[in-house]
Amino acid sequence: MSALDSLYQQMILEHAKSRYGADLPADAPAVPGQPGTGQSHQLNPVCGDEITLQVQLDGGSVQAVRWHGEGCAISMASASVLSELAEGKSPAELLQVMDAFRTVMRSRGKTAPDEDLLGDAAAFAGVSRYPARVKCAMLSWVAAEDALRQAVSTA
Amino acid sequence: MPVSLPPELQKPGGAVLTNAEVLRIRNDFPILHQQVNDHPLVYLDSGATSQSPSSVLEAEQEYYEQRNAAVHRGAHTLAVEATDAFEDARATVAGFIGAAENEIIWTGNATGGLNLLAYAFSNASTGPVPGTAGRFALGPGDEVLVTEMEHHANLIPWQELCRRTGATLRYIPISDDGTLRLEEAERLITGRTKVLSFTHASNVLGVINPVEVLVALARAAGALVVLDACQSVPHLPVNVKDLDVDFAVFSGHKMLGPTGIGVVYGRQELLNTLPPFLTGGSMITRVTMEQAEYLPAPQRFEAGTQPISQAVALAAAVRYLGETGMERISAWEAELGQRLVRGLSGLDGVRVLGPGTGQERIGLAAFDVAGVHAHDVGQYLDSQGIAVRVGHHCAQPLHRRLGLVSSTRASTYLYNTTDEVDQLVEAVGNVRGYFGATDGVR
Ligand SMILES: Cc1ncc(COP(=O)(O)O)c(C=O)c1O
Repeated sequence: MSALDSLYQQMILEHAKSRYGADLPADAPAVPGQPGTGQSHQLNPVCGDEITLQVQLDGGSVQAVRWHGEGCAISMASASVLSELAEGKSPAELLQVMDAFRTVMRSRGKTAPDEDLLGDAAAFAGVSRYPARVKCAMLSWVAAEDALRQAVSTA
Repeated sequence: MPVSLPPELQKPGGAVLTNAEVLRIRNDFPILHQQVNDHPLVYLDSGATSQSPSSVLEAEQEYYEQRNAAVHRGAHTLAVEATDAFEDARATVAGFIGAAENEIIWTGNATGGLNLLAYAFSNASTGPVPGTAGRFALGPGDEVLVTEMEHHANLIPWQELCRRTGATLRYIPISDDGTLRLEEAERLITGRTKVLSFTHASNVLGVINPVEVLVALARAAGALVVLDACQSVPHLPVNVKDLDVDFAVFSGHKMLGPTGIGVVYGRQELLNTLPPFLTGGSMITRVTMEQAEYLPAPQRFEAGTQPISQAVALAAAVRYLGETGMERISAWEAELGQRLVRGLSGLDGVRVLGPGTGQERIGLAAFDVAGVHAHDVGQYLDSQGIAVRVGHHCAQPLHRRLGLVSSTRASTYLYNTTDEVDQLVEAVGNVRGYFGATDGVR
């Protein structure tokens, strides 16, 4: 596999196109106002990439992660994978996945991903070797962590 | 004082540059001869920062090895030699743009220069500074005019100046082809316009703005003219007296020089009545515990220890450019620019920003690849050793106007060959296929 292909794994390119969860209306109100729902907007000032992401809790677990955003294949795929992965997890479980993802992303390729825990998100391990792209992969995760905390506090 | 280019910088051009000549030029640039990601480096990001020939690197080293000392003070031999080198550099750079020595102020970069001007106007606005003129003062009812294509460096300092003084910021809009709407400029430049600040050549669109037209409108309205010459002085023959602007600003690192040095040109009679921005040592005549009197320009704007080795190296860069000939460089880059536009706009799903094929542009082209984000385009090109810039290129309002968040930009210089342009075009042609953007999904 070429270095480029190990960055843009097939899994990532597919998620970048299918964009699971990318059905949050672009005009979603900034504060959704429903109990158990949190929303966060994140911007990457370097490239202007943006994401608005909503976490909805129901009965102690994540019912849905919905988002809209504009960005590169890495950031869009990352949001897609995250949305799929989060569904049905308890907040504590999701935070554990987030921690694991962050650790891998900061490792510059030195930490092997725990595939059981990270699922499709393990495909992003290759991104950690490209420091300029780590922010792209992290954008939706930062938004999700923020939105999750809000959702928990209003549930 | 009449100013003319020193003979060694005049070079009437000689033969046009050719690929053979460019290959010889490339030998002077050590950094270009390396492999990146197992491919020979193709450096197409000189619009962001350019590379330096050995003569520039050696000039800086020679300064530190032979003459390093504090300038303008001390009577020892090294201090005298350092001062001579520093002031010779000023004369060389002044000659390069047709200015007088005392019309050249050193700053850290172009951004520092634009802020120097905006803050000097601000200081003129908040109270009379002894020995300076009121003509630079702005207040409610006054206007500062920029364009829709400005780099943030030539936008935000004016936004902030307007916020501090109560003046209003306006902008000249662009047409879809990236040229300025001159009928709007005519309407917007009025007696209320105190400052007109615009870029000579756009770092995104590649257009060269009609300086004469805008200066004539500004003169008729009594407005001061500031020229962002960041993308023109490195690439085109520029004579500030012929252009008749009041101020011009550019950066050393974009013209074969080192980082850490920028230049403000200002007409002498203006500089000597403009309040200083940074104050402190080296810029004063007489200081009491209560107040100070300031030296004439340029020293009144050069508080504290200056970028001396950088000035010396920038002078070496200017000599290199002068010896090659700015006419030849601009003609070569115009050819590369046309080749870029022709090649890129011939590709499916690729939209070149700014003027189309055959229309005037400097040697750069920013473009959008349908269905592929600029970051991914840049990453793909980097895997083939091709260095380009991706993102908004510090021009968010311009990208918004074009319906984009970001773009990819290839920018050339005197050391780029037509082969390199062709390699870029070929690689861009494969980008959509790699990312699966050609199969209609998304
Ligand atoms: C048109 C233009 N203006 C201003 C700047 C700012 O230059 P610097 O970052 O060297 O201050 C740049 C460079 O990015 C530019 O291209």
